Amino acid sequence: MNIQKILNILTLLTGAIAVTVISLWIGKQSYSWLPPQAAAESVLIDDLISFLVTLGAFIFLGVTSTLMYSVIFHRAVKDDFTDGPSIEGNITLEVVWTAIPILLVLWIAGYSYQVYEKMGIQGPSEIVHLHNPLGMESAYAEAKDAPALAEPVEKIDVLAKQWAWVFHYPERDVTSTELHLPSDRRIRLALRSQDVLHGFYIPAFRLKQDIIPNHAIDFEFTPIRPGKYSLTDSQYSGTYFATMQANVIVESPEDYQQWLAKIATQKPSPAKNQAAAEYAQTSHQSVQTGWVTVPPAAPPLVNSPG
Amino acid sequence: MTNVPIEGMLLPNEKPNHESPGNWKEYFSFSTDHKVIGIQYLVTSFFFFLVGGIFAMVMRGELMTPESDLVDRTVYNGMFTMHGTVMLFLWTFPSLVGFANYLVPLMIGARDMAFPRLNAVAFWMVPVVGIIMMGSFFIPGGPAQAGWWSYPPVSLQNPTGNLINGQVLWLLAVAISGVSSIMGAVNFVTTIVKMRAPGMGFFRMPLFVWAVFSAQIIQLFGLPALTAGAVMLLLDLTVGTAFFDPAKGGNPVMFEHYFWFYSHPAVYVIILPIFGIFSEIFPVYSRKPLFGYKVVAVSSILIAIVSGIVWVHHMYVSGTPGWMRLIFMLTTMFVSVPTGIKVFAWVATIWGGKLRLNTPMLFALGGLIMFVFAGITGIMLSSVPVDVHVNNTYFVVGHFHYVLYGTVTMGLYAAIYHWFPKMTGRMYSESWGKIHFWLAFIGTNLNFLPMHPLGLQGMLRRVASYAPEYQFWNVIASLGGFLLGISTLPFIFNMVISWMQGEKAPDNPWRAIGLEWMVSSPPPVENFEEIPIIISEPYGYGKSEPLTANLSNHNPD
Repeated sequence: MNIQKILNILTLLTGAIAVTVISLWIGKQSYSWLPPQAAAESVLIDDLISFLVTLGAFIFLGVTSTLMYSVIFHRAVKDDFTDGPSIEGNITLEVVWTAIPILLVLWIAGYSYQVYEKMGIQGPSEIVHLHNPLGMESAYAEAKDAPALAEPVEKIDVLAKQWAWVFHYPERDVTSTELHLPSDRRIRLALRSQDVLHGFYIPAFRLKQDIIPNHAIDFEFTPIRPGKYSLTDSQYSGTYFATMQANVIVESPEDYQQWLAKIATQKPSPAKNQAAAEYAQTSHQSVQTGWVTVPPAAPPLVNSPG
Repeated sequence: MTNVPIEGMLLPNEKPNHESPGNWKEYFSFSTDHKVIGIQYLVTSFFFFLVGGIFAMVMRGELMTPESDLVDRTVYNGMFTMHGTVMLFLWTFPSLVGFANYLVPLMIGARDMAFPRLNAVAFWMVPVVGIIMMGSFFIPGGPAQAGWWSYPPVSLQNPTGNLINGQVLWLLAVAISGVSSIMGAVNFVTTIVKMRAPGMGFFRMPLFVWAVFSAQIIQLFGLPALTAGAVMLLLDLTVGTAFFDPAKGGNPVMFEHYFWFYSHPAVYVIILPIFGIFSEIFPVYSRKPLFGYKVVAVSSILIAIVSGIVWVHHMYVSGTPGWMRLIFMLTTMFVSVPTGIKVFAWVATIWGGKLRLNTPMLFALGGLIMFVFAGITGIMLSSVPVDVHVNNTYFVVGHFHYVLYGTVTMGLYAAIYHWFPKMTGRMYSESWGKIHFWLAFIGTNLNFLPMHPLGLQGMLRRVASYAPEYQFWNVIASLGGFLLGISTLPFIFNMVISWMQGEKAPDNPWRAIGLEWMVSSPPPVENFEEIPIIISEPYGYGKSEPLTANLSNHNPD
C-alpha cells in the first residue's frame, strides 16, 4: 500500500515535470508563430503572448493528460455495470482549484496592464480627456522614461475610405498611398475615416486601432526594423474590404526625409486602386453574378501613387 | 403540491390517439406538449445547421486560393453574414432551447412548461425567422452583407435604394427571434422557479436545470438591449433617424455597446446548457456522482452575473478609453474562475470512475478537451495587448469556433445521442455514432486549429482574398471544413434509420439516475402519472438511496 502510494506520487511528479518542460518549449516556439518584430510594441506583446502560451500549454496538457490517463486506465470492464466510488467532493481541493485560477487571473491581468501601459498607444483623445478616473497619465510618465517611447517626433494624417488609404505628411504637405515611416522615431498618427468604420492594422507592429467617422483618434508607436510591411483594414468596411491594403515602408530617418523631399516635387496623380478596378470590371460584365454594391470612392490624387 | 392527478388530466393509458408521441403528424402541428415542441425545435434547428453549413462550405471553397475567384465579393460577404446569423439564431439557440424544452419539465418532475401555449408560439416564430432570412436571398440586392454584427454605417448603406432590402429583413428576423427568446426565457424561469416537484429544493436540481436557469436569466436582462439596438438601427435605415449614422451626427460606437451588451453574454446563453449537458453525461458514463455538485451549480449563476460586465472586450480597439479596456480585461478574465471550477469538477468526476466510451461520452470528452483549448485562447484574447494584435483576425475565428463547434456542437451531439433512446423509444447505432464522432473530432481540429497560426500571422476575418503566404493553413482549414460537412452524413443516416427501425429502447438504457429515466421511453403525454416526491440529491451513483419516494427507481443498487 505504501509502495503503491510512493509510486503514485512519483508518477504524478514525473508527469508534472514532463508537462512543465513541454510547456516551456511550446512557449519558446510561440515567437516563431508571429510576424517579424518591426515595432517596439511588438517585442512587449510577443513576450506576453509567449508567457500566456506557456501557461496555457501547461493547463491544457495538465487537463488532457489527466483525462487521457482516465480514459486509458479507468475503463469499465466488459459486463461490469457496477458504480464507481461515491466521491461527492472535497472542500480543500475545491478551495485550492478556485484560488489558483483567481491568482493566475490577477497575475495575467497585472502583466497585461504593465505591457499596455508601456505601449502608451493612446486612442480616441476626446474620450480619454472626458472620463479618466484611473489616471492613465502614468502611462505617459513611464513612456517618457523609455527611450523608444519618447515624445512623438513624426506626425502623419491617415485617411481611410471605401476602399483606399491616403497618408498626408503635414511637414511638407504631401500625400501618398504608401505609408513611409522613419525607423526608431516615435510616430503619432491622426486617424480619420471618410465614411464607415475602418481599422488600422499592421501585423508586423502587432498594432491595431479602429477608425471611427467623426472621431479624432491619435495613435502612437515606434517602428524599429527597416523593411516593407503591409497595412490592412481590420474593421469590416463593406464589399471590397479585403482589397483595402497599403504598403508600409520603414526606413532610416535620412532615407525618409529624402523620400519626402522627392515626392514633394511630384505633381498629384490618381493612385492605383484595386476596388475601383474590380468595380469597373464587374459593372461591365454582361451577366451579373453578384449583388449590387456601394461604388468605391474615386481613386485618391496623391504625390506618390505607390 | 399535489400527488393526485389534476382533474381532466390525461393519463398515459387513456390518451386520445392523436396525441400519441409516436404519431409523426403531431410534429407538424401546433402541439403544446413540451416534448413535441422540444423535438420540433431540434429538427428545425438541425435543418438550419445544414443550411449554415452549406454557406460555410462556399466560404471555405473561396478561401482555398488567395484570389477572390469562386464567388463574387458581394456573394462571399452575404455568405459569412448569413452563416453567422443562421448558426447562432437558427441553430445553436433553438437547438438548446429544444433540449431545455424537452428535458426541464421531466427533470424537475413537472407535467409541462408553465405556459404551454406561449411555448408553442415561441417555437413557431423560429420557422418564421428562418423564412424571412432565407427569403432575403430572393430580393433584389440579396441578403444582408454587413456581417452578423451589422455595425453601422456599413449596415446603413443601401445601394439598391429599395425600402425592402436584405438588411431590413435581417433586422426584422433578429427582432422576431429576440421576441421568441424572451417568451422562452419567461417560460423557463417561471417553470423552474414554480413547478419543481415536492422535495426538489434548488440544491436537488440536476445541473442541466441550473444551467438553463442561469442562461435564461441572461436572456431576460440582455435581449432587451439587443432588440433596442436592432430597432434603432432599423429606424436609421428605413425612416432616416440618426441614432448611429455618423453622416447625420449619430454615433456608431453606441451600436457596438448595445450589440455586445447582449451578444457576448449570448455566448454564455449558448454554452451554459452545454455545461449542463456535460454535467449530466460525465456522471452516467463514469458511474460516479458529480464532483462538487453545489459549487458547480453556483458557478453557473456566477457566470450569468459576470456575463453582464464583459461586453467591452469586443471593443478594446474600438472607441474605448484605456481605463475601460483595463476594467473589462479583469472582468473578462474572471469568467475563467467559475468555468475553471466546472472543468476541474468534470475531470474529478471522470477520475477513478468506471468509464464507458459510448458515443455520448466520446462527444462529451472531445467537447471538453476542445473547450479547455478554447478557454485558454479566450484568456489570451481578454488580455488587452494580445487582443490589440489578434482582434478581428482568424485567431478570434479559431477561438470562437472551438467554442461553438468544438464545444457547443459536440455537446449537442452528445446530448442527442444520450437522450435519443428517451425521445424516440429506439436505440441508435453505436458504430455509426463512433464513425460520426471521429469524423467530427478530426474535422473540427483540422478546420479550426490552423486558424490560430493564421490569426497570429495577421490574416483578417471576413476577407474573400488574402496574401499568398496564408494559403497553406487555409487549404488545411478548408479540407477540415469539408470533412465536417461529410461528418453530418453518418449522423443523419443513423438518426433517420434508427428512429424508423432501431432496436426498441428500454426506459433507462444507460442505467442513469434522473427523473427523466424513470418514465417510459418515449415519455407519455404529461410525463408523470403521479408527481414524484424527491427525497435525495441527484447523481447518487455508488449510493443506495433512491431518488424519489413514489416512482420506481432505476438506480441499479
